[in-house]
Amino acid sequence: MPKVTYIEASGAEHFVDAPTGLSAMEVAIDNSIPGIDGDCGGQAACATCHVFVDEAWSEEVGGPSAHEAQMLELAEGAQQNSRLACQINFRSDWDGLVLRMPAAQF
Amino acid sequence: MEDLALDALPAEGLDVSDPSIFAQNLQGPIFERLRREDPVHYCSKSPYGPYWSVTRYKDIIEVDSNHGAFSSAGATSLDEVRAKGVSADATPIGGFLSMDPPGHGAQRKIVTPALAPSNLVKFQDLIRERTRGVLGTLPIGEEFDWAKTVSVELTMLMLATLLGFPSEGRLRLKRWSDIIAGVPGDGVVESWEQRDQELKEMARTFLMLRDERRAQEPASDLLSIMAHSPEGQALSDMEFASNVSILIVGGNDTTRNSMSATVMSFHENPGEWAKLKANPAMIDSAVSEIIRCHTPIMSQGRRATQDYELGGKTIRKGDKVMMWYISGNRDETAIRDADRFIIDRQNPRHHLSFGFGIHRCLGNRLADMQLRILLEEILAQGWSRIEVTQPPQFAQSSSVRGVRSLPVRIHP
Repeated sequence: MPKVTYIEASGAEHFVDAPTGLSAMEVAIDNSIPGIDGDCGGQAACATCHVFVDEAWSEEVGGPSAHEAQMLELAEGAQQNSRLACQINFRSDWDGLVLRMPAAQF
Repeated sequence: MEDLALDALPAEGLDVSDPSIFAQNLQGPIFERLRREDPVHYCSKSPYGPYWSVTRYKDIIEVDSNHGAFSSAGATSLDEVRAKGVSADATPIGGFLSMDPPGHGAQRKIVTPALAPSNLVKFQDLIRERTRGVLGTLPIGEEFDWAKTVSVELTMLMLATLLGFPSEGRLRLKRWSDIIAGVPGDGVVESWEQRDQELKEMARTFLMLRDERRAQEPASDLLSIMAHSPEGQALSDMEFASNVSILIVGGNDTTRNSMSATVMSFHENPGEWAKLKANPAMIDSAVSEIIRCHTPIMSQGRRATQDYELGGKTIRKGDKVMMWYISGNRDETAIRDADRFIIDRQNPRHHLSFGFGIHRCLGNRLADMQLRILLEEILAQGWSRIEVTQPPQFAQSSSVRGVRSLPVRIHP
């Protein structure tokens, strides 16, 4: 199972096992990691699971879909490497993936 | 009305457009029946014309997040006269809420920075100070109207600050909010013409304030932002007034009624009040639960831009579709024990009260913050409980779940 790191805006790090097939939003919620709300439950319909994909991984993880990009426009402080965690499905070879969270979800 | 809900579905479809259903708080069993028997329901005849009712959680998210198939243009309320007015020169309401991309995004972005979490932090101390001030003057052991004394007062103070509206005139904001959300016969609006007149007065007032702001240095209030930003300056007078209308309703009806719902919910559920007092860390999830259970904005409308299959029904291009958030929030297939008020439930933020997709509530973080501070300060007062002494009066509306009056007594 790949190990994934979530880093809060404060710098607090959370190392978790990420079962493949689950989304980065689901794993965060299941592990009670603060900083990801996931209000819509994974439909890419609310932009409250906004994360920044670590530069080293951005190509591997890929960019947002058109629908996702539209929701990211509603998120505060979105950047080039922004994604919705509910749309990132973990792969077995993503050991060491790092996701950073914004100061607040909007 | 209750009998009607228990009868067989009339052939032409059950009509939930009647605002008196909500004034009498009878919607619960009616929507329960629709969710169970006909979750995507067609009503062929209503005072507002034919329309679909979407009543289940998942179906509502599907409609709400597909703005391509379901347009907001002029279709967000059941009664379209409400949005457009009765005359050609009427002040339209709804602003970017009743628009589709790309126009929607451009106008929404004008006001987004003011309501983003990073900006709201600046208001936190002020909100707390005012909340403490209002709570500190409440009579103990005597009956008074919580809706008027607390909910209206705190919400108006905040909205006036956020907009940059003169604080001493804040009750005019409440009046306009009731007028914008209103329909003739609801106790506030007497006729469409009278409503139009008051909306014109609102528009004139805000256009005057906009011109004043333009002559001043930019500041961080919404009126100043709208007066100075290039996108804000590109708005016509009518577009400007229309966007002000949505900010007034969005910043007013929602929080005001949630503040009353806070007291109602804990009065009806003394066990949950005891839980919160024993563990104030539950405040955040309690806030979400209050917003879910009350559902201050009960419905939003769309118009289908194409034929669309939903829940085994075919919605036709051009059909009016109402999403009933108040029903989706009670959907047992999506939320366990949906009819109960449970402040420490799992996934308390999974509710429909803020809507989804590109029109998702812009003020959701402000609402969370105001309600969180209200609960924190109520607990800090050390009262044993706030008793609801008479049944609350609900607004005559199928759109806003307004609490007109809430007689209470505070127990020391």
